[in-house]
Amino acid sequence: MKVTEKDVAYVAGLANLELTPEEQAGMVRDLNSILQYVDRLNELDTSSVAPMAQVSDRYGVDGSKQGTERFSYASREDIPEGLRKSLPREEALANAPDSDGVFFKVPKVIER
Amino acid sequence: MKDEVNKDKREGQKSGRRTIDSVWLSFRVLNSDHFLSMDLTSLTIDAARSGVQERRTSALALAEAHYARIQKEDGQVGAFLTLSKERALEQADRIDRMAAEGKPLPALGGVPVGIKDVMVTRGVRTTAGSKILANYIPPYDCTAVARLEAAGAVVLGKTNCDEFAMGSSNENSAFHPVRNPCDLTRVPGGSSGGAAAAVAADMAVVALGSDTGGSIRQPASFCGVVGLMPTYGRVSRNGLIAFASSLDHIGPLAKTVKDAASALRTIAGRDPMDSTSADLPVPDYVAELDKPVRGLRLGVAKEYFGEGLDDEVRQAVVAAIDELKHLGCEIVPVSLPHTPYAIPTYYLVATAEASSNLARYDGVRYGYRAPGVKSLSEMYRRSRDEGFGTEVKRRIMLGTYALSAGYYDAYYLKAQKVRTLLVRDFEEAFTKVDAIVTPTSPTAAFRLGEKSNDPLAMYLADVYTVTADLAGIPGISVPCGETKEKLPIGLQILGRHFDEATILRVAHAYEQAA
Repeated sequence: MKVTEKDVAYVAGLANLELTPEEQAGMVRDLNSILQYVDRLNELDTSSVAPMAQVSDRYGVDGSKQGTERFSYASREDIPEGLRKSLPREEALANAPDSDGVFFKVPKVIER
Repeated sequence: MKDEVNKDKREGQKSGRRTIDSVWLSFRVLNSDHFLSMDLTSLTIDAARSGVQERRTSALALAEAHYARIQKEDGQVGAFLTLSKERALEQADRIDRMAAEGKPLPALGGVPVGIKDVMVTRGVRTTAGSKILANYIPPYDCTAVARLEAAGAVVLGKTNCDEFAMGSSNENSAFHPVRNPCDLTRVPGGSSGGAAAAVAADMAVVALGSDTGGSIRQPASFCGVVGLMPTYGRVSRNGLIAFASSLDHIGPLAKTVKDAASALRTIAGRDPMDSTSADLPVPDYVAELDKPVRGLRLGVAKEYFGEGLDDEVRQAVVAAIDELKHLGCEIVPVSLPHTPYAIPTYYLVATAEASSNLARYDGVRYGYRAPGVKSLSEMYRRSRDEGFGTEVKRRIMLGTYALSAGYYDAYYLKAQKVRTLLVRDFEEAFTKVDAIVTPTSPTAAFRLGEKSNDPLAMYLADVYTVTADLAGIPGISVPCGETKEKLPIGLQILGRHFDEATILRVAHAYEQAA
């Protein structure tokens, strides 16, 4: 058992999830089973392999250029209003669970 | 099935428009010939567009015929979550007026399409298959959807999917599962299960799906339609609700390879709203289809034909490879030795990215908020726990764990390194071959409930598809026969980065020959 109930509670806290006791138990079981499976990655020696976070600096760009030069096509003039105009307040608040028409409203922030 | 279009918001856009009923009436009077009696729901893009252009039918009649089909079939199938009738009929009216004025219609003029519910649509509810977004009305359009509409497509509605595109069976939808139109006891695959089922059941000509680990190709394979995942960066992700940003792709599901090529041509290309969209010219994929395939070198990797591959699937794929050989392709053995490590790599990279992307659902600006909470932190935790489904929480937990202090190097960094090895496998193979042919999925469609209690078994349904997402290469699934139980089987063709033209050409040649 790699992952204990305590670990699950800690990670749930990091992820801002409040799991029910049943969910916690299921999560301990599932995470252990999945982590046991992914352990097969340790069969591979990757000590001299560079990590890859994403592929788009490798393909579809000018490989002769380095760093930000390589992505110069993605830069643009600074447009004060942006590529897309900001939403009117009414539209920005339209999906809010709670608002006073000017701000998003949330429960009390300071707990102590 | 109710129309969830937010009518109030769209009220202002309707002024000056002729009423749908009057257009419909005049159309029926003018066109009482035999074309009306033909099945309007089994057309390809070209047939639909030219029918509208030449006024043998109308965009309105096409939309109505598809809605009638949805009305009749979708109670059983469950492919759609929301219908956008008002928006569809307005667009159809616009297209019909163009046709009436004798103006040339754009490439998808009048073509009814479905959109997977992970792509935002202005004024039309977009849920990502999640309770947490059950009432979300986006204020803008996804670039790919806007491009389809600008090319004349008529958006019928939003198709069902696994919650946040996390799943391989569509059983993780917070609303209802989708059933495979080929066999209602089976899953349609996932996560773009609704998109695949809608196309397979003639409820849409084309649908847009998204693919992070196989979510376009695997359901296409299960439902017997064509599914194309373009190269990473080929299609803008702007307006695609993020799951794993380095792996997410938008692509079409269609009845023919040519329709998939046509849809890709419409949605592909640089978009300033997505900095990862590539600044490369978009070829005319349709024009390239008829180039000969003779002499193309096709790789076959033993790693895609090993343990776990169903015998009937193997036989069908081997027969398809023989057919391609018969068409003049050269079959070359290649090795992709790190393939067995793709699923563990994927489930670390994808979940880590998901845990970060899904942190935005906090119950403040939009989305579900738990009732009766007393503090801000309680609101976050309870809104997320009540709003997300089990699989989404499982992946957030796994991703958070893989990124947490003490485990980052062992899991996330390790997976990123193995990703490099997987990419090198393909780079090496593509020095020898022009494309690689494999099964799309190790089995045909499985039964509802068969794997829903075993997350690992479900993850393995993506064993042949995740590699392309991790490497960023394009892949297409094209039907290649069926099992004894009449379940469709898919042939997957993988290509070099930004070489969709070649895999479309091979798929088209196979489709025409088969």
